[in-house]
Amino acid sequence: MSIPRFRHGSRVPGWDDAVDLTKPPATAPDPATTEVPPELRAAVEAAMSKYPDKRSAAIPALHAAQSMYGWCSPEAIDQVAAVMELTPAYLTAVATFYDMLETHPRPIHDDVYVCTNISCSILGADEFFDVMVQAAEHDETIHVTSFECLGACDIAPMASVNGEYVGPLTTDDAARIVDDLRAGREVLAEKNLRLRPCQDPNARGDGEAPGPHHAPGGEQHDGYTLSD
Amino acid sequence: MTKLLLFDNIDEPGLATLPVYERRGGYQSLRKAFSMSREDVLQQLLDSAIRGRGGAGFPTGRKISFLPKGDMQKYLVCNADESEPGTFKDRELMQKSPHMLVEGVMIAAYAGSISKAFIYIRGEYQLQADMVEQAIADATAAGYVGDNILGTEHSISLVLHRGAGAYICGEETGLLDSLEGKRGNPRLKPPFPAVEGLYDGPTLINNVETLATVPHIIRMGGAEYAKLGTEGSTGTKLVSISGDVKRPGNYEIELGIPSREIIYGLAGGPPSGKPVKFWFPGGSSAPVLTGDDLDIPYDFDSMAKAGSMLGSGAIIVADESRRVLDTALKVAKFYAHESCGKCVPCREGTNWTHKMLQRIYTGEATPMDLDLMASVQEQIIGNCLCVLGDAMAMPIGSMVEKFRGELEAEIEAARAANEAAPLDDVVAVGVADELAGPLPVH
Repeated sequence: MSIPRFRHGSRVPGWDDAVDLTKPPATAPDPATTEVPPELRAAVEAAMSKYPDKRSAAIPALHAAQSMYGWCSPEAIDQVAAVMELTPAYLTAVATFYDMLETHPRPIHDDVYVCTNISCSILGADEFFDVMVQAAEHDETIHVTSFECLGACDIAPMASVNGEYVGPLTTDDAARIVDDLRAGREVLAEKNLRLRPCQDPNARGDGEAPGPHHAPGGEQHDGYTLSD
Repeated sequence: MTKLLLFDNIDEPGLATLPVYERRGGYQSLRKAFSMSREDVLQQLLDSAIRGRGGAGFPTGRKISFLPKGDMQKYLVCNADESEPGTFKDRELMQKSPHMLVEGVMIAAYAGSISKAFIYIRGEYQLQADMVEQAIADATAAGYVGDNILGTEHSISLVLHRGAGAYICGEETGLLDSLEGKRGNPRLKPPFPAVEGLYDGPTLINNVETLATVPHIIRMGGAEYAKLGTEGSTGTKLVSISGDVKRPGNYEIELGIPSREIIYGLAGGPPSGKPVKFWFPGGSSAPVLTGDDLDIPYDFDSMAKAGSMLGSGAIIVADESRRVLDTALKVAKFYAHESCGKCVPCREGTNWTHKMLQRIYTGEATPMDLDLMASVQEQIIGNCLCVLGDAMAMPIGSMVEKFRGELEAEIEAARAANEAAPLDDVVAVGVADELAGPLPVH
């Protein structure tokens, strides 16, 4: 929720007025009147059964709700809260903490997380991010965000498209990501992290240098070939 | 050629599946450990002198021995929330050899008399989480995980938990809160997790790489493992190297080799051929070192002596063409975003450091700002529940100290450019609004 502010930055008086203290405290939504889609109920209950304390299932449950509705909407949170017997406020507190949980309205969408941390930005992630944002500008089913280090600095600059890591990226790849998503194809299949061998030359049983290597910036490195 | 432990033939097709892993001798260490007493397994880990691979470098055997004895519910949590910028070693390990981790978790749990284990993996690692989840399912079906493991009376459950994107959940107590289904805020220590951790029970928390090394220690014997590396830093270490190098990637090294050998020998040095300007030896939380420090041996103690730290073993290299200011801004922005907001010095300090760096770009900063920035860093360090604030303060402080001349030149250049700009860019803020009547709300 945004706080109302004057143009000079101060908060408008009344923004922090206390809630009505005479009201009874919020409780978990009534399961009898809260309708929960059976798939969501099954997913939440399966998550709850894995832990000694049902609250541990909060993140997996919110993930399930988000993949169903596109974001953690108040209705989605009410439904999860009804199954987990928690207050919606508790789950909202959790949802607002984590970057992967959406608390702003969004249709069911594809996620493009562009890493803009140190290693990626050294190799041009900021330029890629700007181009990527423009490429997906008029498509609200593609959600582009800059993200914390995604743990794939070896393929920098990189992005995670619906969880699939691709890189190293050039600015030309932005349009291809959008095209591949619209066509329902595997995104940038030849740049997927799954294809990348371990770079340690000693890690190969046959003692040969690792195979196809995507060189950042398109440069070919000694001892490595770019051909598949 | 170093004999590799974790990365030995890691690209072998099918290594992630149980049959191939077993054919390579997988789960033999688990059998061996279960044929020994818990005390003997723990003794092997103590003898190996292995230090935690997650960042703090605490001796793993001692950590297990801190768990209280007695018949209570104890927990093991594997920290797979690899979020430290520059670090990606656990990702490759879990994706390609998930059973090695599962086996290590089981042995460590046995050594600590633990019956419930969790792997907390960051939510972004979807492929890796799928691989580990499959490995757990296969290992459970084969009787390596779950009830009455290998026909013994020992039962250890293992659950994979996916996070949802928060750097702070890599901090051990923040991770525990997150695993309990709360916001990932760090806790006050003591009590340390070994006494009061997950669900208030004694909890052992270890990094993926540490646990994946455990089967090798049991196979080789602790004393044999301790012969690798240096006296204070035994064994091999996975190093993630990225930035301005020809061959970015993960390498397994024996601790104590010169840093130059990693940056130039293994990774090939900067592709531009320019000299190294600065490098992070242990993720973005480590104070930066310069091109003059390349001959320092890469181990825990030498890095600490050089005023930095080995951290998670993530080297980020920047060559002469890079601006220190750009990297400083990225570091500050990252920590300001990831600060959970619980402790004031961290929440405000990271935010103001970010703003002060932005002022340098807009030409509003003066050289005095650098002193102010250095003092802000000093006020963060040691004054918070966890070390997230320190993790920004240390690299930023080291950059201001080592590259002060360059930063002063940046300040002066931006200021000069600002003064040369036409005056009509400057707007008299707010005056017109106030004269026009009530202020708009937005």
